[in-house]
Amino acid sequence: MSTPSQKLSTPLPTREGQGGGSAFKYFPHTEEDLQEMLKATGVKSVHDLFADVPEAARFKREYNLPDALSETDLRLFFEQLTHPLNAQQLICFAGAGCYDHYAPSVVQNIIQRSEFLTSYTPYQAEISQGTLHYIFEYQSMIAELTGLDISNASMYDGATATAEAMMMAWGNAKKATRVLVSETLDPKVRRVVDTYAHFHGVPLQLIPAKNGALDREALDKELAEGGVAGVIVQQPNYYGIVEDYTGIADAVHEQKGLFVINANSSDLAILKTPGEWDADVAVGDGQSLGIPMTFGGPGVGFMACTEKLIRKMPGRIVGQTLDNRGQRAFVLTLQAREQHIRRQKATSNICSNQSLMALYVTIYLSLMGKEGLREAAEMSYAGAHSLRDKLVATGKFQDTFPGQPFFNEFCVDYNGDLDVLLEEATECGYLAGIKVGEKTLMLAVTEQRTPEEIDELCEILGK
Amino acid sequence: MRRKEAARLPECDELTVVRHYTNLSHNNFGVNDGFYPLGSCTMKYNPVINEEIAAMKAFAGLHPLQPAETCQGALEVYFNLQQSLAELAGLSEFTLNPCAGAHGELTGLMIIRAYHEANGQPRTKVLIPDSAHGTNPASAAVCGLEVVEVKSLADGTVDVEHLRQLLDELGNQVAAMMMTNPNTLGIFEPRVLEITEMVHKAGGLMYYDGANLNALLGECRPGDMGFDVMHINLHKTFSTPHGGGGPGSGPVGVRKGLEQFLPMPRVIFDEKAKAFRVEDAPLSVGAFFGNFGVMLKAYAYILSLGRENVKMVGPLATLNANYIKERLRDDYLLPIEGLCKHECVFDGLVDKSTGVTTMDVAKRLLDYGYHAPTIYFPLLFHESLMIEPTENESKETIDAFIDVMHKIAAEAKSDPELVKSAPHNTPIGRVDDVLAAKQPVTTYWKTLS
Repeated sequence: MSTPSQKLSTPLPTREGQGGGSAFKYFPHTEEDLQEMLKATGVKSVHDLFADVPEAARFKREYNLPDALSETDLRLFFEQLTHPLNAQQLICFAGAGCYDHYAPSVVQNIIQRSEFLTSYTPYQAEISQGTLHYIFEYQSMIAELTGLDISNASMYDGATATAEAMMMAWGNAKKATRVLVSETLDPKVRRVVDTYAHFHGVPLQLIPAKNGALDREALDKELAEGGVAGVIVQQPNYYGIVEDYTGIADAVHEQKGLFVINANSSDLAILKTPGEWDADVAVGDGQSLGIPMTFGGPGVGFMACTEKLIRKMPGRIVGQTLDNRGQRAFVLTLQAREQHIRRQKATSNICSNQSLMALYVTIYLSLMGKEGLREAAEMSYAGAHSLRDKLVATGKFQDTFPGQPFFNEFCVDYNGDLDVLLEEATECGYLAGIKVGEKTLMLAVTEQRTPEEIDELCEILGK
Repeated sequence: MRRKEAARLPECDELTVVRHYTNLSHNNFGVNDGFYPLGSCTMKYNPVINEEIAAMKAFAGLHPLQPAETCQGALEVYFNLQQSLAELAGLSEFTLNPCAGAHGELTGLMIIRAYHEANGQPRTKVLIPDSAHGTNPASAAVCGLEVVEVKSLADGTVDVEHLRQLLDELGNQVAAMMMTNPNTLGIFEPRVLEITEMVHKAGGLMYYDGANLNALLGECRPGDMGFDVMHINLHKTFSTPHGGGGPGSGPVGVRKGLEQFLPMPRVIFDEKAKAFRVEDAPLSVGAFFGNFGVMLKAYAYILSLGRENVKMVGPLATLNANYIKERLRDDYLLPIEGLCKHECVFDGLVDKSTGVTTMDVAKRLLDYGYHAPTIYFPLLFHESLMIEPTENESKETIDAFIDVMHKIAAEAKSDPELVKSAPHNTPIGRVDDVLAAKQPVTTYWKTLS
């Protein structure tokens, strides 16, 4: 932002004792500055500023940390850590919640703009319209992708967003006794939901799976007993299967419970939306919208809900308004839900979220657009189906869940030693998937995987 | 199984997208644009080299579930950061999984509850000073704990007698006490050792909210003050950019004896195999390793500072804050005498007769090219103005800010309307909060319908 304080004609200051040399580059104080400031403050040394710290609590030795590294040495240190021996770049056929999608160059460049990068929560709307505007766009795009009315400004990740949805359902219920969780929800997400539920005091009940999909009979039985605050399912589910959730919403709504769908964001380009399934809340990970894997984070969690639930939504929400000059403007709104106003009565404790990654997703979706997003999803789908067919054709693999429709991730059983096979694949430079059972391998394909890579992987795995 | 209509997303060329977001950035203000003394948020300089390191392709391309032997470099950074934070905090072990400060608080409280459960004690009350950040009571509520407020004295520190009374009354129901030290008024709690001893005696654990840790680097460590569990905001004390509201990172540390309650994953060094590996644990607060990209930046920052510079962070940040406090107290009401730490709090202008409020001063600061301090927090005062300069700001920058603050105080007397109607030089004027909340418009689709 260009500010009135910028005096372009003023040269940079010349201050003795600063600028390169032995002075530390992030500390601007010259010896003269220090003396003047100490004098104004009325103390003799900076350590006198800690006179109120009890003697017994003082730290008196040196930190056991390395000596300062120069920029050159720092770069060398990290270059050594990223040497192929220390950070092997495998051709990725793994998913399980983290996907190797195409990351457009433009996105990384724009999110590095310091006006976005070095700002904080847009408390001062007059100098934060950039952040507020992109969050408004992000909310619009997430609402559109999920087919729901309202999106918040982001959550940490899909797992904690699902836990928040679980607590939202529990808080929304009047006389409920439990929240139902599908066994086909990613076990990593389930563990987070379990942890939160344990401490928050929410009884959970696991609904078992049959042939890799939610056992509808078991679910119907539970629903018939009543007292259900919410039902949490995943689409496509952990195993990549696209499940048919017809009728669940009605049954849950009959007892005033919430239907929560954890959805894969990129697949929403094609798949029936949580809104179309009549879900009340959609949550998930935005990582598959082009965010680099980066060892699992930062990504971004998303959460969308129906208009009715807006005041129960956790996290920040940006709204449109007018300024005192009559101009359209954006501002943080409905803050009475949040911790800094409501304290222990807030809808959640979330404060900082993953704002910059919400910007990432917003720019990604703007670049990909309506067609691009659909094409990427179709390519991923086609790649996964081709890989599955070819693996089965080797005679070494068979479907773990026969007849189940899948999107870009699927499970196959191997008729040999899976650990040895995966090691061999790694040696050939492939991350051949994730082992999800003694004999079961789960593979994911994105639009980045070429037919050649698919063929080579089949050769390695099928020999 | 297919959606009925394609998602309405933008349809345009690349340059149009680039221009749109570049233009949006022009309506934003970051640390690189100017002084950002937002109290309690520690808006330091975010070193550029750390961005270069975090963006290294070899890190970006790592899948979190790839075999440990193929990502030893990443695990080494993870392990080293766990160790470095433990040394800086005076604690035994850290988990890096939590994604933000509030997430860290929640994780820390879960650890505390797990500890009491393991001892067969379902303690459910948590003591929190009334001056605490809102996240403290909110995290406690999410963790299923009941908040009991501890009063503050007129000087803003914990009322130890009230605490004693509460401990007598509640005794073995107290799971923990949460404390921010320096507290949210920027004041070091002088009786902290007594407090930790009292709570320990009652069988409770002490939780340290690391939001204000920056003040203490080099001078004292939470572990040495008797704290059992704490979180650190890497985006504050360890300089990772705030990104408009995240991604942050909120590692949680524990003292010796509590390590087994830390959540998964924990990276350990296997002496026998001479390799790093990932260990599981019962609790889980995130699917993978947390915000690894943020950790890279924090570790790069620690290495850049090294032992000789880390210890100057607290003293320099504290000097800057005390200098501002002394230089502004003629025009701004200093409610509490004595030393402050990394931030100072004023209770609005000394001269309240003009009707110019803290909000007006904050908005006028925007006209002069500064981000506003934190306003109306802490809640102890009606007109709080909380200024945190950090160690990165030069005397010249601070002097210029002080001059402008004095100028605004003078304007409040000579032309109060000018200040009350500020800002005048920003792209938009003051916004209508009531209109935004009354009929929320939170998507484009709503404006179109």
